[in-house]
Amino acid sequence: MTTTPLEHTLHDAPEAACTCPPEMHAVYEFPESLGEGYTHYCPGCTHGIAHRILAESIDELGLRERTILVAPVGCSVFAYQYFNFDGCEAAHGRAPAMATGLKRVAPHNIVITYQGDGDLASIGAAEILHAAARGENISVIFVNNAIYGMTGGQMAPTSLEGQRTTSSPFGRDVHLVGYPLHMSELLATLQGSAYIVRRSLHNPANIRKAKKAIQTALKVQMAGAGFSMVELLSSCPTNWGLSPADSLKWIEDKMLPVYPLGDYKVNDVVRALDAEK
Amino acid sequence: MAREMLKGNVAIAEAALRTGLQAYFGYPITPQTELLEHLARRMPELGRVFLQAESEVAAINMVYGAASAGVRTMTSSSGPGISLMQEGMSYIAGSELPVVIVDVMRGGPGLGNILPSQGDYFQVTRSAGHGDFRPLVLAPASVQEAIDFTVLAFDLADKYRHMVILALDGLIGQMMEPAELPPMAELRTERPAYALTGASGRAPRRISSIHMSGPEEEAFNRKLQARIGEIRAAEQRSVAHFADDCEVLVIGYGTAGRIAYSAVAALRERGVPVGLFRPQTLFPFPEVALKQAAAHVRAVLVVEMNAGQMLDDVRLALGGRLPIHFYGRMGGVLPMPDEIEGAIMALFEKEAV
Repeated sequence: MTTTPLEHTLHDAPEAACTCPPEMHAVYEFPESLGEGYTHYCPGCTHGIAHRILAESIDELGLRERTILVAPVGCSVFAYQYFNFDGCEAAHGRAPAMATGLKRVAPHNIVITYQGDGDLASIGAAEILHAAARGENISVIFVNNAIYGMTGGQMAPTSLEGQRTTSSPFGRDVHLVGYPLHMSELLATLQGSAYIVRRSLHNPANIRKAKKAIQTALKVQMAGAGFSMVELLSSCPTNWGLSPADSLKWIEDKMLPVYPLGDYKVNDVVRALDAEK
Repeated sequence: MAREMLKGNVAIAEAALRTGLQAYFGYPITPQTELLEHLARRMPELGRVFLQAESEVAAINMVYGAASAGVRTMTSSSGPGISLMQEGMSYIAGSELPVVIVDVMRGGPGLGNILPSQGDYFQVTRSAGHGDFRPLVLAPASVQEAIDFTVLAFDLADKYRHMVILALDGLIGQMMEPAELPPMAELRTERPAYALTGASGRAPRRISSIHMSGPEEEAFNRKLQARIGEIRAAEQRSVAHFADDCEVLVIGYGTAGRIAYSAVAALRERGVPVGLFRPQTLFPFPEVALKQAAAHVRAVLVVEMNAGQMLDDVRLALGGRLPIHFYGRMGGVLPMPDEIEGAIMALFEKEAV
């Protein structure tokens, strides 16, 4: 088995390979919206999957040339470089405010924030709350892995009760530092939010559902229907101290009971959009 | 255009939209709130963006976003709000984006009060955020100058891709006096080459303040400092009154400069050889003109509505060449003309000029 990345195999394939019989078609292509360089994400981290399905969704909706990504501070700080479309890098937690400025002056652009749990649920709690309350017409990809990855594994606002991190070495004591924040549930209560769902990246079936949700979120923005957010339960093998495979199991066993998957807000406008198809 | 009675804050707001302001984001704080209120009504009338943010932190980051899209954008606040904006201001400086920020200064530190002050001089000229950068700072002393400097602020911001702060005390913001507004300018339709507009028929553009390697960050800093050096060389502004033959030179900006003018003019009528130097840019500090104006004087008196902040720049500009004295009031208390006259006369006695 060769270790050549699949996209290289495809790109390097001789021209003759394309003259295939009509019943054959490409089943795997490198998304045009994804950048071609290497990322700095750790092995086994699901950021790569989140990037991939976001890029595929943008390609499939034909939005690449209109899209502007606002990256956060955290592991995905360089996300704005990893895609083949315009992007910028916000201050920690302020991506929804920066996205608001971008979207308000250029409503035809598709503006997406990509934020982790520390960025969105802790330091940027006010910015995400008010962007949702305003019904800001942006789409938010919220990657929740229950830990601060970039700074080396400290407790996050979404860390689980009892979870050991470098800043909660005896386990998260909810009597001392409070309870995990459930952002999807919280933002769903706001009148301004249009589409709020939680999905997970721990297996292919859930990844397919996550991609579908991202597409819906983008369609909500295309229709000018307001604030959309897709929360993605994600893994952090490095800072959880688990293998990539065990990390996916940890999402399933530990995170799902605390952060149930589901549609927390699908307002009437979004429902009508869905019905149109 | 005819002269009309205008309040400083309103005049700045109206001048900004007439010079092509496309998006305003702000948060209420006294004594600048009328600026926000005026734009809340006018911007939607013109089909432009006005948004009251949830905080000054959010407001400056909305400005960051709008500037990334390449439009003329601004915010306004007062000291406590400017403190909250400093994080975003640093990112904007690190991304080389042109923005205009209005600081209508009030008494401090802390919540202080809502009275006129110049206590943010260090904040706007020295410490507008973390890292090495210095905004261009304009300090008007009248409503007319506030209007003229608003127009200038947008032009300079675009010219240098740099942050421009309009620093005025609450008195200029709250005062009404006759002034003339500029005509309504055409809105800029094309977006600059750095603007994020969607990568249609071109390579993706990126705006960030990150340079991971030391040498890259240093190279960026050198570029930024070169631009600041250019600004320092080309944009020093000041006015002088009775300076040609004076023996004592009074130095003051904004309202303090204006009150000092009353004192200096009154003493001149009585034959006292005193002059006034009024900086219009706080950064770059007008050191070249000050050196010339002070070349033949025996002593200078710095007048500020703070504990002596521009005083440092005067010391740097004039070295130890002549006695430098200070008269200041703080906490929103204005220096009265007779107090300044007294300080000037005391100086004539003390320095035996």
